Amino acid sequence: MNLKALGQDKTCTTVLIVLAAVTFVIPFCNLVYPADSPLHFSAYTVSVLGKYLTFALLGLSLDLVWGYCGILALGHGAFFALGGYAMGMYLMRQIGTRGVYGDPLLPDFMVFLNWKELPWYWLGFDHFWFALLMVLLAPGALAFVFGWLAFRSRVTGVYLSIITQALTYALLLAFFRNEMGFGGNNGLTDFKEIAGFNIQSEAVRAVLLMLSGITLISVFLLCRWLVNTKLGRVVTAIRAQESRVRFLGYRVEMFKLWIFVFAAMLAGVAGALYVPQVGIINPSEFSPLNSLEIVVWVAMGGRGTLYGAIIGAVLVNYSKTVLTGLMPEIWLFALGAVFIVVTLLLPDGIVGLLKRRLQEQRA
Amino acid sequence: MNQHTANLSGEDAKDGAGSLLVKGEVDTRHGPILYLEDVSVSFDGFKALNKLSLYIDAGELRCLIGPNGAGKTTLMDVITGKTRPDTGSVFFGQTIDLLQMDEPAIAQAGICRKFQKPSVFDALTVFENLELALKADKRTWPTLFNRLNGEQRDRINEVIETIGLSTGHQLRAGILSHGQKQWLEIGMLLMQEPKVMLVDEPIAGMTHQEVERTAELLLSLQGHRSIVVVEHDMEFVRSIARKVTVLHEGSVLTEGTMDEVQNDPRVIQVYLGG
Repeated sequence: MNLKALGQDKTCTTVLIVLAAVTFVIPFCNLVYPADSPLHFSAYTVSVLGKYLTFALLGLSLDLVWGYCGILALGHGAFFALGGYAMGMYLMRQIGTRGVYGDPLLPDFMVFLNWKELPWYWLGFDHFWFALLMVLLAPGALAFVFGWLAFRSRVTGVYLSIITQALTYALLLAFFRNEMGFGGNNGLTDFKEIAGFNIQSEAVRAVLLMLSGITLISVFLLCRWLVNTKLGRVVTAIRAQESRVRFLGYRVEMFKLWIFVFAAMLAGVAGALYVPQVGIINPSEFSPLNSLEIVVWVAMGGRGTLYGAIIGAVLVNYSKTVLTGLMPEIWLFALGAVFIVVTLLLPDGIVGLLKRRLQEQRA
Repeated sequence: MNQHTANLSGEDAKDGAGSLLVKGEVDTRHGPILYLEDVSVSFDGFKALNKLSLYIDAGELRCLIGPNGAGKTTLMDVITGKTRPDTGSVFFGQTIDLLQMDEPAIAQAGICRKFQKPSVFDALTVFENLELALKADKRTWPTLFNRLNGEQRDRINEVIETIGLSTGHQLRAGILSHGQKQWLEIGMLLMQEPKVMLVDEPIAGMTHQEVERTAELLLSLQGHRSIVVVEHDMEFVRSIARKVTVLHEGSVLTEGTMDEVQNDPRVIQVYLGG
């Protein structure tokens, strides 16, 4: 990690400072100052910001795949949802006898479906460490199998994008089915506790926000290190001229696979942080539209910069919160318009615009 | 090792040359380093290569000439694994079957290529371009934790010196001139320390001075490496070539010194379209 280089990039430093402030100051003010104090941040603010931070992490992971490696993955939301489900399964098993039916082992929806025993793939999820492992392994394994098949067959460009959309859509349909054992279209909800703490309490919410922030900052620094390694440069080279890289002796498919799996795991972590903060995970997270939205965040922020993805994710989601509150029916049109404007006028996103402004000022 | 294979290698050692085969090493005891025999490639019925046979000796500098569409670039595509021939065999030394290998494997075995259109990585600096080409373990994890040692750094700087880009090694390759990009790509070839260099149109877009230096460089490498140069510029070919192969309609028309080739009536006919 080159700290000097980090210091020279002002936008990047600013993003990091703002992130650190959100991570530490807001939970502190939420917990310490009483509700009538001007320094108090409401529980609502805390939960919304926590959600944004997990989206920022998701955007960051897509930027590795798309911005650096040039793979336009339109199914990245699937990995986020898988990580979310892994965490959701742990939270379901924490409910124990406090469910509506009071079954010590089976979650409510299984009792409702007249299931007699826990399916094998639910075993182990009563342990927190096992759930955390699955948060990484489930998305990682899917990405590995999918990437292995797709990259080895040299599927690229539009074709690959379409298959990734199909992947997430297939998972959407599968998770809708009750027989799958993931709660069908209701998904997993009614969580009570996380690691022994009441998930509804304000303190736990504040801690989750803090954890999301710390994770985002650490992953950001890790990715920044990654893109500055030789592997990062090979990946950048693959984006520009894939076949040329092969003639230099690199197995392009292995590098793509590496980045794809790594990014899928990061998306899984984002999903796992998201679920306890919103209190539910259901199949709609697999919707192809969700994955398209991630692409819009990254495009709007500026791809291939890492922090651009963070800026884009937060800004687009903030607009979404505001707009869906004011005029819910207009949101999708606004999103489409943003994407068109960004593609036509701001190929480097907001970050590109800022950079140009700074250069003009200097000149 | 069982008795049978032990016997086999024992016999091999008695056999004339006396050097044991080392797995993965290129066996050039019989002279040639590249063997192409009866290679045919067709695209939608068009025969790009038609029963072409060609042998390149270890350490030789060979020029390939021929009119457009003669199959020069397709030939390089076949050797480097980009195109699979319909029939024929392609061997690297006596033992390595190139048709069983893909592009990265062929490149790692020591056959490297400069493309017709200079293909350097515009977003990376001159130094980084050379670093990527550097002969090293090119798997993912070793690449992730790779750090240049002093020797490798010196090697890169030496090549930067050779290709005349010492003042601009921190520049992005995208802003180099066409001729400089050509040089950078030649530099990338050198970094790979190949046994065979395939050089497709090296001097396009170069100034007169740069052309002279390219010729000097290629001449200085012959003997150490086998080099195959495809070039249209006859003056340049004359300045470097010992042996010239003329391709026409996908097969070898004739081979010889530049003078022999230029006085060959068939070659004259092909070039003048008579």
